[in-house]
Amino acid sequence: MTGKTFEYAPAPESRAVVDLASSYGLFIGGEFTAGGGSASFKTINPATEEVLAEVTEAGEADVDRAVAAARRAYERVWGPMPGRERAKYLFRIARIVQERSRELAVAESLDNGKPIRESRDGDLPLVAAWFFYYAGWADKLEHAGLGTEPRALGVAGQVIPWNFPLMMLAWKIAPALATGNTVVLKPAETTPLTALLFAEICQQADLPAGVVNIVTGAGPTGQALATHAGVDKVAFTGSTAVGRGIARSLAGTDKRVTLELGGKAANVVFDDAPLDQAVEGIVNGIFFNQGHVCCAGSRLLVQESVADEVLERLKARMTTLRVGDPLDKNTDVGAINSAAQLARIRTLSDTGDAEGAERWSAPCTLPDHGFWFAPTIFTGVTQAHRIAREEIFGPVLSVLTFRTPAEAVAKANNTPYGLSAGVWTEKGSRILWMAEQLRAGVVWANTFNKFDPASPFGGYKESGYGREGGRHGLAGYLR
Amino acid sequence: MTTLLSEATGSESALRRFLSGLPGVDQVGAEGRAATLATRSIKTTAKANALDLAISMVDLTTLEGADTPGKVRALAAKALRPDPTDATCPTAAAVCVYPDLAATARAVVGDRLHVASVAAAFPSGRSSLEVKLREVADATAAGADEIDMVIDRGAFLTGRVQQVFDEIVAVKQACGPAHLKVILETGELATYDNVRRASWLAMLAGADFIKTSTGKVQPAATLPVTMVMLEAVRDFRAATGRQVGVKPAGGIRSAKDAVRHLVVINEVAGPDWLDPDWFRIGASSLLNDLLLQRQKMATGAYSGPDYVSLD
Repeated sequence: MTGKTFEYAPAPESRAVVDLASSYGLFIGGEFTAGGGSASFKTINPATEEVLAEVTEAGEADVDRAVAAARRAYERVWGPMPGRERAKYLFRIARIVQERSRELAVAESLDNGKPIRESRDGDLPLVAAWFFYYAGWADKLEHAGLGTEPRALGVAGQVIPWNFPLMMLAWKIAPALATGNTVVLKPAETTPLTALLFAEICQQADLPAGVVNIVTGAGPTGQALATHAGVDKVAFTGSTAVGRGIARSLAGTDKRVTLELGGKAANVVFDDAPLDQAVEGIVNGIFFNQGHVCCAGSRLLVQESVADEVLERLKARMTTLRVGDPLDKNTDVGAINSAAQLARIRTLSDTGDAEGAERWSAPCTLPDHGFWFAPTIFTGVTQAHRIAREEIFGPVLSVLTFRTPAEAVAKANNTPYGLSAGVWTEKGSRILWMAEQLRAGVVWANTFNKFDPASPFGGYKESGYGREGGRHGLAGYLR
Repeated sequence: MTTLLSEATGSESALRRFLSGLPGVDQVGAEGRAATLATRSIKTTAKANALDLAISMVDLTTLEGADTPGKVRALAAKALRPDPTDATCPTAAAVCVYPDLAATARAVVGDRLHVASVAAAFPSGRSSLEVKLREVADATAAGADEIDMVIDRGAFLTGRVQQVFDEIVAVKQACGPAHLKVILETGELATYDNVRRASWLAMLAGADFIKTSTGKVQPAATLPVTMVMLEAVRDFRAATGRQVGVKPAGGIRSAKDAVRHLVVINEVAGPDWLDPDWFRIGASSLLNDLLLQRQKMATGAYSGPDYVSLD
């Protein structure tokens, strides 16, 4: 090199480690089976628009079969099985996930568009950790503080989103199985592949037939599952609009429900913050996983006295973000998951322009094919702008300012959501005070987007109810 | 630049206020960022270029009580021709020795390489200013064109920052045209906040380079420490217009480690520092690993320790 540039040569992770079938059936009763109807859909690589596989669209009859298989497994095998035996299966699944983690990471990046660095170093280790953690609980449920003889609910119907496909599966399936429930899970229609690979792992682990069933499909399949009479518990992660619909359709039934919905988290930076790490936290808060994160720090609240300096550093940092091929090990920001999501990000961003906010995007060359959106910030945003209120679910940050801690709290809480928040300051007492004042399920201090299976996660207000993770995560699956 | 300098260095209390007013460094965040950058995958052409650049940044060092003219001559010859079998291999940046051997090193390298000499009561920094200045004068007279001095950590840790500042200013003056590298001995400063403050202190006092360690204290150079220092030189240039170099020393032994440092320069301080004039790596055993990797890139096969020269 001439001493003035350092171009990283392409460093693609090999696709050959994952062996995808051309088409997938439904995983019901321990086997892949054809759907009752002829309907199917294609799942594509959002980075190239290449078709990855053909996936069955489950109809009501299929959901019916899956729920029946789960019920049988619950009554005959999984429900009566002692916790210590269930734990063995969960430990086994966790180990197989670790063994196959490279393959699963590549499959996740192919189907979702997220950078391989994140699926390899973020998603997959957490997936395994979730199974290990809840495996440990399976024989200790009477010590969880949920009564002396906690009992399983029965069959759980679980509907998960496309942003962290396998991780959301783990968040749902691990606690359900540890507590003695059986599940029917529907992955998102744009990212069904890792759930189908997980079905193979269930077979590999000799998990009794019907304990885990995977039905693929879109909204109607999810609706059929959530409202099925044989389902005792519905767990949903996704948009607030769909969550609200599920809550409405289940009102008056005896089904238990947990909902983990949208967010519009405030990331609050005070003037005494560790600035370099705060900038890193802002970047990680909104550009991690292309901003497809329900707890993303999509509103930056920065104290006016350091706003210019923080923005200058943020822009400099954003110019070093590497946007492109998700399978390249050096990529920081991958592809938007679908054409529909890209359209939504564009529409909302355009309202930012229309309402007078100032747009700045990191200079980067976007690939010709696939769905891409450059990391973008809007400055001059106020609480009255749509981009400060509505969840964009993309790599778009709205920057607002504040003068005092009280104003920061008021603005941070002034949202219908309440999933997460971040606080950046070197002053410990202020962190504790902010954590008390912020109405958000998770408050990160001098960090952002950190997850751990031992830590409960969930929202206030329109961000949903119920907690996933930790001891609290058991409560949603026990009576 | 003059405003910042005069405001920050007007009095001891102003200096102390300025240094403690620098933004803090969050340890977990800084180490996390460095760890993420360490996952960058540098392959093929990028790796070949990086290895050559790293070789050209090496301050090939021997700082032992047992050093002799023979040892230094061998080291200097190696710095001139790291890979005797390959004329395209770049030279190292400098030879780094004790003052009494600077003349020996200079005699071998002539004006083709820099000769760096540690001076000013290396490695402890515990001596009178008079003695330190005398040693610097000795070293430059013997042909050293780069002086690696170490700060008085005792003074820094007790808050006598003015004393540290004044010593650096005096040494810089004694250096004359020679470049001054100021060793912070980060392993003894213990916190990243201290590393950032000491970096600014040294730069305000006129350091041409800031250097992590003497190599005599563990931990020496680590990736997060170098990163924090690169943030400091980046911010210092933005504030004053003056560019200062960075030299991690001690602890960088593998080519992989060296390439990680280049990645951190590239993404934290920027490509302006990707140059032996602005970044050095103080090392001895590192060079052979760089050469082995370089041979591997050229031939496709690993050779072995007998295919690089011992110095």
